[in-house]
Amino acid sequence: MVVGGLLFGFGLAASRMARPEIVLDFLQLEDLGLLFVMGGASAVAGLGFFLGPRLFDGAPLTGKAYERRLKSMDRDVLVGGVVFGVGWGISGICPGAAYASLGIGNVAILWAIAGMFVGAYAQGYWRAHRSATGPEGQGAD
Amino acid sequence: MVGLQLVAADLFPRGVLPYLLGGLFIGLGVAVIYVGTGISAGASTFLESTLSYASSVPRFQRYRASRDWRVLFTLSIVAGAAMYSLAFGEFGWTTDVQPWRLLAGGVLVGVGTRVGKGCTSGHGVCGVGSASRTSIVNVATFLAVAIGVAQLVAALGVSP
Repeated sequence: MVVGGLLFGFGLAASRMARPEIVLDFLQLEDLGLLFVMGGASAVAGLGFFLGPRLFDGAPLTGKAYERRLKSMDRDVLVGGVVFGVGWGISGICPGAAYASLGIGNVAILWAIAGMFVGAYAQGYWRAHRSATGPEGQGAD
Repeated sequence: MVGLQLVAADLFPRGVLPYLLGGLFIGLGVAVIYVGTGISAGASTFLESTLSYASSVPRFQRYRASRDWRVLFTLSIVAGAAMYSLAFGEFGWTTDVQPWRLLAGGVLVGVGTRVGKGCTSGHGVCGVGSASRTSIVNVATFLAVAIGVAQLVAALGVSP
């Protein structure tokens, strides 16, 4: 976990994704380099998802069975994607890159990390309230 | 040929290599964790799982089982980025993007990533890497919206 996290953070810093300016340049279509970040990352990750189950019966460190990460498709996925997109477009930050940005000494990013916690808390509180009072309560996802 | 090079310089003013190498490292991190532990690591669930230390809202308590390794994972991301920036003399860089943009964007990202079940790493790297249809839909949605919003913000003259 630690080794993976170190590589992950190293990669985020190396790819410049930890800098909101670079992400905003991408979203303004002035530097499409980020396509290579996501492409490269998902290709290597995909290789891991492919090889893991073929090399071992279960994960060597935890004994956990390998499962595909499939999340159910529903309206939340679209709504969340839109809200996330607005936030990403305004700020140029996303969760992993924000943590990495702190690692490169970017103290200003604490504004964004604080914001993310507020947002995550707000939706958790609101959804807990909704499923407690709502008649159909969409419940667990 | 010359025309092609011009287009490439236009679309990739900082070149391609740092992005590609960075992406390969990100993917390697995800792959190492998955092969070693069977876990698909996304970065955004840390927000909710960490809130479970401080809040009794049931939604956050679901993540009790995973909250410790998520804190470890996140600290490792910070450390990994610090290692890179110290090794290449880039430590101490700060963003010029204004605090209100970071804060407002952060709040929306916090809501969106949790409602949408993932973020750029969870859906974008793990999900797309395992060819999940849900993730591909989510990534296409947030990419399209983010590009539109970023263009709008720039058009309004907000900079940085």
